[in-house]
Amino acid sequence: MKIVVAIKQVPVRDSQLRIESDQRWIQEDDLGFEINEPDAYALEEALQLKEKHGGEVVALCAGPSRATQTIREALAKGADRAIHIEDDNLRDLDTFGIATLLAGAVKAEKPDLILTGLQSDDLGYGQTGVVLAELLGVPHATIIMQVEVQGGSIQVKRELEGGWFQHIEMPLPAVLTIQSGINKLRYATLMGIKKAKSKEIKSVTPAAAPAATAVLERVYVPQKSKQTQIFEGDAKSAAAKLVEKLKFEVRII
Amino acid sequence: MGVDYLLVDSQFNQEELLVRQTARQFVEDRVIPVIRDCYRDGRFPMDLIPEMGRLGFFGANLEGYGCAGMSNVEYGLLMQEIERGDSGLRSFVSVQGALVMYPIHRYGSEEQKQRWLPRLQAGAAIGCFGLTEPGFGSNPAGMLTRARQEGSDWVIDGEKTWITNGSLADVAVVWARTPEGIRGFLVERGTPGFTTSDIHGKLSMRASVTSSLAFSECRVPGAAMLPGAKGLKGPLSCLSQARFGIGWGVIGAAMDCYETARVYSTVRKQFDDRPIASHQLVQEKLAWMITEITKAQLLALHAGRLKDQGRLEPAHVSMLKRNNVAMALECARLARDLMGANGIIDEYPIMRHLCNLETVKTYEGTDHVHALVIGERVTGVAAYR
Repeated sequence: MKIVVAIKQVPVRDSQLRIESDQRWIQEDDLGFEINEPDAYALEEALQLKEKHGGEVVALCAGPSRATQTIREALAKGADRAIHIEDDNLRDLDTFGIATLLAGAVKAEKPDLILTGLQSDDLGYGQTGVVLAELLGVPHATIIMQVEVQGGSIQVKRELEGGWFQHIEMPLPAVLTIQSGINKLRYATLMGIKKAKSKEIKSVTPAAAPAATAVLERVYVPQKSKQTQIFEGDAKSAAAKLVEKLKFEVRII
Repeated sequence: MGVDYLLVDSQFNQEELLVRQTARQFVEDRVIPVIRDCYRDGRFPMDLIPEMGRLGFFGANLEGYGCAGMSNVEYGLLMQEIERGDSGLRSFVSVQGALVMYPIHRYGSEEQKQRWLPRLQAGAAIGCFGLTEPGFGSNPAGMLTRARQEGSDWVIDGEKTWITNGSLADVAVVWARTPEGIRGFLVERGTPGFTTSDIHGKLSMRASVTSSLAFSECRVPGAAMLPGAKGLKGPLSCLSQARFGIGWGVIGAAMDCYETARVYSTVRKQFDDRPIASHQLVQEKLAWMITEITKAQLLALHAGRLKDQGRLEPAHVSMLKRNNVAMALECARLARDLMGANGIIDEYPIMRHLCNLETVKTYEGTDHVHALVIGERVTGVAAYR
């Protein structure tokens, strides 16, 4: 089974974020970067499927040159080789543009299965995997909790709302977007890190991608909208005031 | 988490950062949640040993026999992250790698290497290193433990003490005086005449096992001797390896103390509802700590690069060990001070690090002896006696 895993490098969670003066993005100079969390679970799922059924895992990443760190990590954990669509200006593209680049690389690989995280920790659009599937003309399923391979098809478990799950059978090839926490992430062993040095990272210059139609207008810190009011007076009059507010201002009773 | 004031990270390559990330995550996930109880109960977290082996932590900078073949900078970063968890855990890894696997790797016969290195690497066997004796710490040349030859066997008599992992060990690297000088022997657990007893009452390194080893007419085959080590150079070269790891490791303990105190000072309020970080005396202590940690990082990094080029000498390692341990100990004391009464309880790691570092200051060459090594290097005069 040949599996392509699309991974993205994002700022380390809990980073102190500062916004660029033009308010188009965050300042990246002194930020640490790491693999997007749902992508880490997608990679782990791919590695476990390979261990169970044999085959090959190819890590695919579109990102600037610093993203090689994340690609190395994927190789150190056990991916067989990697493709890096390398460009420092990929932020100018939207989801459709990025998915177009990824689709180009995936097509050449002809994999049985394409995995990626269900969304990115930085932009959080949750669309890249789905658009990628459309561009490839293959079926997709999102928010995947479990993957079972059965001959030429797969059985997957999707997370729905309110504690409900959906079980579906899908033909291959297919795109799955993986939910965080579905497996136990492995560490890159020191032997794996050493071995990764000799694994292939194919660096590709991005092909022409459609210009962005969705544009990030402004990046800003969430504005506080919560207000606290304290009603003075005795309990009876304060309660009356509270009921009045809830009825006519907040309109929830 | 990590501490990087002067963009020291920019000096590490991708593999080095990955090694640090693996070690850091392991410590965060597996060590921090259990280490307080281990320290309190005075026990080593035995269940971490196989996983550390699988990840390649033991003998990480050795080549072959299943070892990870890391560079010395990668090895140093590993030590740093492990000691961010606990000095006792780092001691275990140091002893296993630098004091047991290193001498077997460097001085052992092929048969000894095949027999021990893969198992020690995997954590399937544990080793200890017997050099120090009750009467001979800083002056190992005076050791009383003797080995005499009887036929093709060697018979060992003597006592070793302050031996990390002593009673846990499947194999002890024991140094003894022979007619041909000081030689090393691999003594297996259960060999008649070889017994161990643990040292109790430690108020430091409580998550680490420390033992005494006794040898009474302990007979080992000729094949138990390390063929390549003759004289005190043998054990001293092992200590040089371990001290290099200590010079890196203590940075981890210092980082944890600094970061804990820094965060605490921004949250703890006193006088007019202001965080204590707003006081000049508090800031001065934090400024001292981060400056010294940064200098220690640069010293360790430079020493690591020199070691990778084969240019690091024992007198260099003395400076690294002495400076960085003293730095870390002072950081722990200042952090304890900044945290007031909270600094002494084990809800925070400070007092544990502080007590551990008092041991680290003494073992593997005391602060004093390393000063004399540096002194001898710059004056040409040995002042040990």
